[in-house]
Amino acid sequence: MKVKVDERGYYGNFGGAYIPEMLYPNIEELRDNYERIMAEPDFQEQFQSLLKDFVGRPTPLYKAERLSEKYGAKIYLKREDLCHTGAHKVNNTIGQILMAQRLGKKKIIAETGAGQHGVATATVCALMGVECIVYMGAVDIERQKPNVERMRILGAEVRAAESGSKTLKDATNEAMRHWINNPTDTHYIIGSVVGPHPYPEMVARFQSVISEEIKKQLQEQEGQTNPDYVIACVGGGSNAAGAFYHYYDDEDVQLVAVEAAGKGNHTGESAATTVLGKPGVLHGSRTLLMQTEDGQVVEPYSISAGLDYPGIGPVHAHLYETGRAKFYSVTDEEAMKSGIQLSRLEGIIPAIETAHAFAALNQMSFKPEDIVVINLSGRGDKDLETYIKWGKY
Amino acid sequence: MNRIEELFKHKSDRVLNVYFTAGYPQLDDTTAIMEQLEVSGADLIEVGIPFSDPIADGPTIQDSNGVALDNGMTLKLLLEQLKGVREKVSIPIILMGYINPIVQYGIEQFCKDCQEIGVDGLILPDLPMFEYIEVHKPLFDKHGLLNIFLITPQTSESRIRDIDENSSGFIYMVSSASTTGAKAQVSGDQEAYFARIKAMDLKNPTLIGFGISNKETFDKASANANGAIIGSAFIKAISKEGNLNDNIDEFVKSVIS
Repeated sequence: MKVKVDERGYYGNFGGAYIPEMLYPNIEELRDNYERIMAEPDFQEQFQSLLKDFVGRPTPLYKAERLSEKYGAKIYLKREDLCHTGAHKVNNTIGQILMAQRLGKKKIIAETGAGQHGVATATVCALMGVECIVYMGAVDIERQKPNVERMRILGAEVRAAESGSKTLKDATNEAMRHWINNPTDTHYIIGSVVGPHPYPEMVARFQSVISEEIKKQLQEQEGQTNPDYVIACVGGGSNAAGAFYHYYDDEDVQLVAVEAAGKGNHTGESAATTVLGKPGVLHGSRTLLMQTEDGQVVEPYSISAGLDYPGIGPVHAHLYETGRAKFYSVTDEEAMKSGIQLSRLEGIIPAIETAHAFAALNQMSFKPEDIVVINLSGRGDKDLETYIKWGKY
Repeated sequence: MNRIEELFKHKSDRVLNVYFTAGYPQLDDTTAIMEQLEVSGADLIEVGIPFSDPIADGPTIQDSNGVALDNGMTLKLLLEQLKGVREKVSIPIILMGYINPIVQYGIEQFCKDCQEIGVDGLILPDLPMFEYIEVHKPLFDKHGLLNIFLITPQTSESRIRDIDENSSGFIYMVSSASTTGAKAQVSGDQEAYFARIKAMDLKNPTLIGFGISNKETFDKASANANGAIIGSAFIKAISKEGNLNDNIDEFVKSVIS
């Protein structure tokens, strides 16, 4: 099976560009130019140089010995937590700020849930001296104060999304409305593999550096480019898309996506889109979507603010529908326990989003020679308060 | 002949299309508002299907969507409410809505129900043009539904030609780069935009929407197109204390006087 986006932005049945006419010129401009710009030597040179010297790439591929021993397989961790700003999100914002500059855009807007993408956007805007507005749900502003202040220290303006449920999906709505109102001088840096085409593919390509590096590093360490499993957590799905990208068509590699089951998939408080969602249209793409029978979008729940998005990137909906990736879901409790376990076994406190990926290990079984790569997408500094509140350590 | 086409055959100036969100202010106000709009002198009625995430709408219409959903409005209920509306309302009826609730309802069933009710046109702002042409157009045609497209000041000339070619009824001219309910600006850019569209001599009539809120802005829009669409200002008018019919009557008459 080939996983490839078609000319209109579809991965199989999912994707596309379901946007009001007001956004059409912006999306068309991006669609018609992003591949050409990304292929320019000057762009690639600047992108690679910033990834190396500013972000700190390549990030290590680290053999987690004690974790390997516990699960009876060779487990490697892709250390995206060591990226500048603490997560993989910055790979994409570096790429998009360079894209925005080449499109002649003077201002940047972004949406953020937990604040990681907001911080990564504020960071690259500071780096380039560009005006930055980040929309964040009013509820999230309350529960993610340190990240709000990080963005402000970096010079970004944080605007509260007061509409709807006042969380990530509403921050995305507000950012899109801002773009409608400011169509000519502004670029919208979407933080995940969601939104209208070409965003899902463009963001995945910027994140694909993750799997590009895994291939090289695994070749050096194991003498083969392909592991048996690649595991990543999925909210919108940008870190998973990056970790899967160069393995999409390598069917000897089992792709494993882990969603947040919140308090349990059938408690009404979950964010496991492939379990609870149906095909629908939100934020410009056709994808799997948590919604009512009437097609109203349902507010998801997860202890992790980075995973409580009611949809999933269209490529992941496609990977799910075709069976190319296997999807697991993990509760708050399971994720928190795995976060503590990783801290104790490997000396790494993961982001709670990332802890979900580790919890999936408990639902899988391995042969001793299996090579497993887990994308350690972010570090847990930002989640200290949640760990403390949970308390069981 | 479709009622929208019929309307523009006989009236090409100062055509007033009024938008409201179904289920607002009260769940059962839908048909009463429509009847009063016709009595008060509106030429077309645009009924909004509420959606949880209306990204093209400003705060007023967002709020009315939220209230309507809280009131219990659904697309299914709206279509039930509209059964029999043609006994009392004779002017064109347009349903406006984001695509997701319609997809969940089933597009084919939706079109059938619209035809039975006597709906004349649809405004589906997030339905891509190619998907309409390749997938839905035959179905819409079969059920006598005109699909109305939007254009904005940023829409390229070639795309406007495309839209004109594939539209019927009228073209919805978004007045400025904004979400609904933004303050109307009288800027040189806007004048140039209106003039540019006029000079294109489109085959479809045009109605200007977004930022049209009163007689002054309605007059201005009418000087540049076949008429205008009012949404947010009407929602505000029916949000006021007092008798719903009186509020509608007062508002519509103040605009078209």
